[in-house]
Amino acid sequence: MIRSEILRDIAPIIRDHLVVCNIGLPSQELHSIDDQPTNFYMLGTMGLASSIGFGLALVQPKPVISIDGDGSVLTNLGTLPTIGNNAAGNYTLLIIDNGSYGSTGDQPTYAGKKTSLAEVARACGCDNVIEVQDKDLGPVLRDAIDSDEMTVIVCKCDSGNVKMPVITLDPVVIRHRFMEAVKA
Amino acid sequence: MNIDRKIADDLVANDVFFVTTVPCKQLAGVIEEVERRDDIMHVPANKEDEGMGLCAGAFMGGKRPAIIMQNTAIGVTINTLVTLIQFYRMPLPMIISYRGELREPVACQVEMAVHTKALLAQLNIPTYHFHRQKDVEELDNILKYTFMCNKPVAILTDANFWGGYGDQ
Repeated sequence: MIRSEILRDIAPIIRDHLVVCNIGLPSQELHSIDDQPTNFYMLGTMGLASSIGFGLALVQPKPVISIDGDGSVLTNLGTLPTIGNNAAGNYTLLIIDNGSYGSTGDQPTYAGKKTSLAEVARACGCDNVIEVQDKDLGPVLRDAIDSDEMTVIVCKCDSGNVKMPVITLDPVVIRHRFMEAVKA
Repeated sequence: MNIDRKIADDLVANDVFFVTTVPCKQLAGVIEEVERRDDIMHVPANKEDEGMGLCAGAFMGGKRPAIIMQNTAIGVTINTLVTLIQFYRMPLPMIISYRGELREPVACQVEMAVHTKALLAQLNIPTYHFHRQKDVEELDNILKYTFMCNKPVAILTDANFWGGYGDQ
């Protein structure tokens, strides 16, 4: 499976939850597949989806899912010790690991070579790390959201993209409706 | 006056709940103070752009954030300031140790100091410079201003403000 197929698969699971979605194609795909006010789309700032979602999870009780990519986590590896050492039970970090920088032309990442992000996350102090194959993600993600324990999921999948329109929503609109959904 | 306590008091008085920090020698006391406070959630960051991501999330979760960092971080965070904090119009007080100013013992710090205000000006970030200890009296108003206008705001605090480096 490629990332857009995974997002289509998990859309019903994440629909009613707060989601912070990675820059570029992941946000464009999620926006096209199932736009929700509970989705925060990153339009810039590669690497910070996990940090934004984690900051949100720390200060309020609703479940938060950050949808990140292997390339973006590699960009902001410092996020994993922060998450591991300050674990928030309402937080799930979903790393869709297709071993490539999808939004920029599928250049390979080191996560697709020798580097195991699951092992990195464990070494950084994340206690509950699950590596899962794309087709098995649904139940694992559902359990992670329902659980009181913070979970890092590394979902291995194929590299590949589908053409999606750029998000033209104003960033302040994205932010405002998301904050209203947080409060609701 | 204890500057560290005054800064933490002003943060609390302005409902700042979430504070992230990347350390600097000048900031050690204020970092210790925010860590000690029960009414502040202190989450140290490994890098300042990561810290700004945490602050953005905390803000969207309904809590006022602040970041405490060194001025070298301006070089690290320009993209984050522009494409996250400014693009989505989020407030972010940045309490910054202004290394490389008068009474600085480390020459390399001057290399970033000479660019700090120019970069902040280029980014249209409101910037305040605390040089004497009494300048801290403005902090309360600067925090109110930051959360009124939903912008990142820089508070540069130099070595003279912190009382120098002792015998260095």
